[in-house]
Amino acid sequence: MSGQVPLLSVRDLHVTYAAAERPVPAVRGVDIELEVGETLGLAGESGCGKSSLAGALLRLLPGGTEVTGEVLLDGEDVLTMKPGRLRAVRWTDLAIVFQGALHTLNPVQRVGDQIGEAIRLHSKGTSHAKVRERVGELLELVGLPARRARDYPHQLSGGQRQRVLIGLALACEPRLLIADEPTTALDVMVQAQVLRLLEDLQERFGLATIFITHDLSTLASVCRRLAVMYAGRIVEQGPSHDVFAAPTHPYTRALAGAFPVIGDQAFRMAPAGLPGDPPDPRHLPEGCPFHPRCPAAVETCSSVPVELWPAGPGRAAACIHAPGSPVPA
Amino acid sequence: MSALAEAPSARRIAWLRRRRAVAGAWRDYRRHLPGMVGLVILVLVVAMALAAPLLADEAGLKAINSTGNPTWASPSEFGPLGTDGLGRDVMTQFIWGSRISLLVGLAATILAMVIGSVVGITAGFFGGAVSAVLMRVTEWFLVIPFLPLAIVLAAILGPSVKNIILVIGITSWPSTTRLIQAQVLTLRERDYVDRSRALGASNWHLMSRHILPNVSPLILANTTLTVPIVILSEATLSFLGLGDPSNASWGKMLDDAFESGAVTLEAWWYFVPPGLGILLVVLAFTLVGQALEEILDPRLRDKHG
Amino acid sequence: MTAGFISKKVLGALVTLIFVVCFNFFLFRVVDADPVANLFRGKELSQSQRAELREEFGLNGSQGEQFVKYLGQTAQLNFGRSYSTNQPVWDEIKKKAGATIALVGIAAVLSAVIGIMLGIAAAWRRRTKADYGITAFTMGAYSMPEFWLGMLLLTFFAVKLGWFPVGGITDPDSSATGLAKLADQAHHMFLPALTLTLAYLGEYTIIMRSSLLDTMREDYLVLARAKGLRDVLVRNRHAVPNALLPVVALMAINFGFVLSGAIAVEAIFSWPGLGLATYEALKGPDLPMLQGLFLVFSASVILFNLIADILYAWLDPRVRTS
Ligand SMILES: Nc1ncnc2c1ncn2[C@@H]1O[C@H](COP(=O)(O)OP(=O)(O)OP(=O)(O)O)[C@@H](O)[C@H]1O
Ligand SMILES: [Mg+2]
Repeated sequence: MSGQVPLLSVRDLHVTYAAAERPVPAVRGVDIELEVGETLGLAGESGCGKSSLAGALLRLLPGGTEVTGEVLLDGEDVLTMKPGRLRAVRWTDLAIVFQGALHTLNPVQRVGDQIGEAIRLHSKGTSHAKVRERVGELLELVGLPARRARDYPHQLSGGQRQRVLIGLALACEPRLLIADEPTTALDVMVQAQVLRLLEDLQERFGLATIFITHDLSTLASVCRRLAVMYAGRIVEQGPSHDVFAAPTHPYTRALAGAFPVIGDQAFRMAPAGLPGDPPDPRHLPEGCPFHPRCPAAVETCSSVPVELWPAGPGRAAACIHAPGSPVPA
Repeated sequence: MSALAEAPSARRIAWLRRRRAVAGAWRDYRRHLPGMVGLVILVLVVAMALAAPLLADEAGLKAINSTGNPTWASPSEFGPLGTDGLGRDVMTQFIWGSRISLLVGLAATILAMVIGSVVGITAGFFGGAVSAVLMRVTEWFLVIPFLPLAIVLAAILGPSVKNIILVIGITSWPSTTRLIQAQVLTLRERDYVDRSRALGASNWHLMSRHILPNVSPLILANTTLTVPIVILSEATLSFLGLGDPSNASWGKMLDDAFESGAVTLEAWWYFVPPGLGILLVVLAFTLVGQALEEILDPRLRDKHG
Repeated sequence: MTAGFISKKVLGALVTLIFVVCFNFFLFRVVDADPVANLFRGKELSQSQRAELREEFGLNGSQGEQFVKYLGQTAQLNFGRSYSTNQPVWDEIKKKAGATIALVGIAAVLSAVIGIMLGIAAAWRRRTKADYGITAFTMGAYSMPEFWLGMLLLTFFAVKLGWFPVGGITDPDSSATGLAKLADQAHHMFLPALTLTLAYLGEYTIIMRSSLLDTMREDYLVLARAKGLRDVLVRNRHAVPNALLPVVALMAINFGFVLSGAIAVEAIFSWPGLGLATYEALKGPDLPMLQGLFLVFSASVILFNLIADILYAWLDPRVRTS
């Protein structure tokens, strides 16, 4: 690692939603480091806190949600920024392709205007014609004809909307892009196209990317590094080929062992071969939160807390079976 | 034999389940502050209406029995609420007026609900041409402005409590119809209706056993929300001179007050109480209705609060 | 928006209008076999007077003949003559329509604008004192009979304080013209317009509040914030336009209410419009006038429904472009 400040450095991030009965700890202590131009894949079952983590990075979570820790963008903490500074950082430094393209576009505004709004906001005084031109460029960049700018979201297909969202995310040339399940709602053919597009853009612009999905095999091919989340924590991380080819954590093994059909909704909910449901963040089991479903669980798993221990070069895993685990299994 | 033995127990289970549901709803309701406030106001007003003969002498409603009283006496000069231009005690009129306002409010609502539910369930259940015709007519009635229509009807039928109930009842049903029809449409799609039909259940059986119990919470909430509208309508019609002169409601009191010049005389004690009475009852019913709606339809729970 | 869409809506409105016209016929003839006897109950009528009235009502001849005759007359805006003035009903209505259009128009617009703004404020500051205050105020305003509110305002601001005239549209002793006359009319209109506005803004507030609360859960607002938009702009550019759609649908219904409410309120403030005419026709009763007014009220509500439908489609691209 170079001595410079990393582009993104997340330290001990906690996200706790306020809820009627008891608070929901959706993210419980996550550390992430990302260099300029680097790609990180973030995988995990539905409800493990991936979107919560993404939302916390730009302070987009609903009011009343408690977010603690540090989110350093170029060494500056997003969580303590003044509102004006925060608005300036949004979209110019970090942009998000949100999960669920169907509902993330304003239904009563032309898609071109929604892209243009971001451009105008961050480079004040851009002429009308310039904005239009740039919107056209962005649409063509993501493989849509420029005239589609005049369409309303409902006039576009799911894949086209997802492309618009990607184009929109690139509008202010951010240095970090978070793509939150950019392909989940799409059919197989379109998924592959969108993925290729993202890969291509990332190479062309040297964009740092955090790629979120539940599908480990996709991530392995797209990202250099992988992090696997379970119950609000990262349970394994490392170079993606190593992690994918030889998982340390039994949960990663379950995710990697199942080769899903892309877009298979059943798999999304419960990876093949894994019994039981993902845990409710409000009622987490003692010890390792994965132990009730773990095929390799031993007695100590239900009592001894786990944390990320070294598991080979550049790798770590939160499992007592990990090579660097101080706890005898 | 076994089928015979099973039938009552199945019904009993259904009955028990319903009773539990009601008990659960009441537990939720008790925690609903605005709903409880509305309920308490209603109980008080209904108690006053029922106890009217004990609280005030009905004879005091007639000017002939009030000749001994001063006219236009303010509350500080006479009784709790003063007198009107004929020397009649305003408090007596207020107490007895609550009876007519509530009676019309409830009776006309029930009439509107019966028409609205029957048309709505029929349209929703049978679908097709029947539904098309019924819903078209419903749309038409929704568009006709209520008050001018009610005025014309009441003018033709003449002023009496019975007629005003009739007029309001037959002009207030269309919105209920639309609500119920939509709900029945979604119910009809459910499996158990198909299953019952496959088992040879008659339309009547399906409607009374499956559809009606499922729409009744909706009807209940809608009823509570219709009463306040009806009470306001009654007040307006009475104010316009279409109220029963021998059975004065709060609305009729307001008409009498206005006609006898209470406004120019600044005799506020004559028209403030009946107006406040209407306001409180309407508010109370609205609060109760919204509370019921929220409890019976959890999707709304987040909305009103 | 296609011409097909508009012509379909216009056609629908026309069909509704025809229904109302037919309904009006049956209302006066079928519901009650002898409206003459009923309307003049308590009054002595000679045989010849009775025959004359029956002729005037078009009650002679078979039902079919009566109906055809009625349709022809209605199409020519011939609603008969008013009993009280002996002028054609349509002329009376034309003469008085202006005052009502001004009053109802102003009140309808103000109640919509203020109601919507209060709804936005309440939803945006949900569960704060402002929200509770606005909700309590609108619930109270909604629960009052509008004419009672008018009586209270009249007693206090006109009779007691003397800030406003007690009724009418102009000062009878004044010979002002031009701007001064307009100012005088505005002075007279203030209280009735305030009454109608206050009485009918509640619905807008309630609907706008709940619609905006629904909208505020939408994902596209998170995107708008993520882009770096200020909260105020997120609200005004993204949340409000979407939340307004259901409110537009309410406008037509509410217009009908304001129009109806004007009947009693005009009576209280002796505002010389169609509402006061209705009130007076009722006291008569002046049947041809009532019939004519009923048709005019219904037709204007139908027209307003049509406008609202088209406006809705124009505002919602999902309807407009399909
Ligand atoms: N606004 C909220 N209030 C309360 N709990 C929430 C809220 N949003 C999310 N949660 C809870 O937080 C947990 C994490 O949710 P999150 O959306 O981050 O999961 P995810 O990993 O993105 O899942 P998916 O793959 O389905 O997108 C879940 O248990 C969810 O129920
Ligand atoms: Mg997610």
